[in-house]
Amino acid sequence: MTDFVRPKMTAAPEHAPKMAEVTFRDRIAPHMPILLVPLIAIAGFIAIQNPSSWLTLTVSGLAMGMMIFIMASGLTLVFGLMDVINFGHGAFVSVGAFIGISVLMLLGHMTEAPSLMLNLGAILLAVIGAMLATGLMGWAFEKVIVEPVYGHHLKQILVTMGGLIVVEQLIIVLWGPEEIYILRPEALKGAITFAGAAIEKYRLVAVGVGLVVFLAMRWVLRRTKIGLIVRAGVENGEMVQALGYRLRLVFVGVFIAGSALAGLGGVMWGLYQEVITAHMGNHAMILIFIVVIIGGLGSVEGCFIGALLVGLLQNYIAFIEPKAALISNIALMVTILMWRPMGMIPVVKAK
Amino acid sequence: MSDAILKLEGVYTNIAQYHILQGVDLEVPRGAVTMLLGRNGVGKTTTLRTVIGHWRAHQGKILFDGEDITKMPTPAIARMGLGFVPEDMGIFADLTVEENMVLAAASGPINSARLDWIFAAFPPLKTFWKSDAGTLSGGQKQMLSIARAMVEERKLYLIDEPTKGLAPAIISTMARALKDLKDQGASVLLVEQNFAVAKALGDSANVMDDGRMIWSGQMQELATDAALQERLMGLSLEAH
Repeated sequence: MTDFVRPKMTAAPEHAPKMAEVTFRDRIAPHMPILLVPLIAIAGFIAIQNPSSWLTLTVSGLAMGMMIFIMASGLTLVFGLMDVINFGHGAFVSVGAFIGISVLMLLGHMTEAPSLMLNLGAILLAVIGAMLATGLMGWAFEKVIVEPVYGHHLKQILVTMGGLIVVEQLIIVLWGPEEIYILRPEALKGAITFAGAAIEKYRLVAVGVGLVVFLAMRWVLRRTKIGLIVRAGVENGEMVQALGYRLRLVFVGVFIAGSALAGLGGVMWGLYQEVITAHMGNHAMILIFIVVIIGGLGSVEGCFIGALLVGLLQNYIAFIEPKAALISNIALMVTILMWRPMGMIPVVKAK
Repeated sequence: MSDAILKLEGVYTNIAQYHILQGVDLEVPRGAVTMLLGRNGVGKTTTLRTVIGHWRAHQGKILFDGEDITKMPTPAIARMGLGFVPEDMGIFADLTVEENMVLAAASGPINSARLDWIFAAFPPLKTFWKSDAGTLSGGQKQMLSIARAMVEERKLYLIDEPTKGLAPAIISTMARALKDLKDQGASVLLVEQNFAVAKALGDSANVMDDGRMIWSGQMQELATDAALQERLMGLSLEAH
């Protein structure tokens, strides 16, 4: 556009924004969701009163939260971007776990060696295998099951639920109906002691992986054009298309990435529980839905914060009053929805 | 006329069970501002949305730059060089002004000369470049919406009621920017309820009623004939 000539132009009235004094309350309001995480940690500290137990529980809660986040992040984007409710998301968690654990079992020489590098290498290979498989499966799932029911929530719920059942049964056909018990790789067994608290090594790995996934997603969403398209598409897909972007392709990409992440979450979750079953994904879906809802549908940040809150609260309550642990997450969801009915960080406007 | 950038031939569009467009014929000449006028609810917005492909014509033909786009997907139509400013502005509120503009420049980085021009036309966009678009005022959002269309040179600009609900001072800013676009030789199809703006900008005019085109001619002719306006749109200059 070299021949572009800047025309003469009269300016609109100049706008000089004036800064007003903002009260403390108003200033922290936008940051309230993220502040809830340390607030819950502090509340836990006060309630538990034993620093070493608290530290153990906090790390364990963060690890659990990170894994839920990895499993849930794809679901929140799929809903936000295309208004698709995917009850079959748990299928990718199960399949990811079974593929990943199968790969780990094949790599026995790497997992049984007492070398951290070899162990992590084996997990990495297992994760790659699981993500490739669930990514491919996500692509097929989107084409066969989701595409025909765009725009029909009830049909989506029914048909994706059906897809989940089919996949669960396929897992039973391929791997048998028994649950599979697994041992973590040698160097990740046991715990390290830090400030008098026993911290399971594997949980530290889970926290690390979760942080990396979160930061990578954030970077993609904030710093790349694809990320811009996804964020804009969550808000107004029609306009994104009118700007010339093929949202459908972007959505398929997000669905595949979300499925692959669920597969990664499945491997991590399986190693955390040390047992895998065909129904593990379906069971995880309860936590995943809670996290996606309290985070605000379509928001990756909200999903991350929600997952950490759920993880921490569940661990603290299980220690303080085990019987209350089951209802703690539901109570958290109810409380947050009373405070912010669209979730902590609402992205998708009410339709 | 062979030199039409956009041509609609007998276009019918239904929304649910309603027949909104009932055989619209329209020719938008290249390098001029074509007004689309008419009372509320006669199908002006639907005409624009049918061109960009948000609604589908179930009968008739739409030619853009000589190509049949009637069944083309929206992104492909947009990529052919169509800038669209929807009635609701279509701002991405959670993105910054900058991110909105980067997205609008679909074919590559923003041309800096063009950006300077946009900043000169709409200074608030420069002031709030890094702010979330959702925090802008109504007028500023409208500026952003038009700026997004202007950020790249398009073959045709579809602009739906750019002065809707704006204060007079902002309306003149809009009008000046659109005049600028016109002076560059851009082709524009403009829906506008503000008759003064329409009169100042339009080369030719098309008036719709009840899903059809009821009058086409020079804007000048319509602007000077109060009786014609009264008959076509139920308004007269005195009423404004």
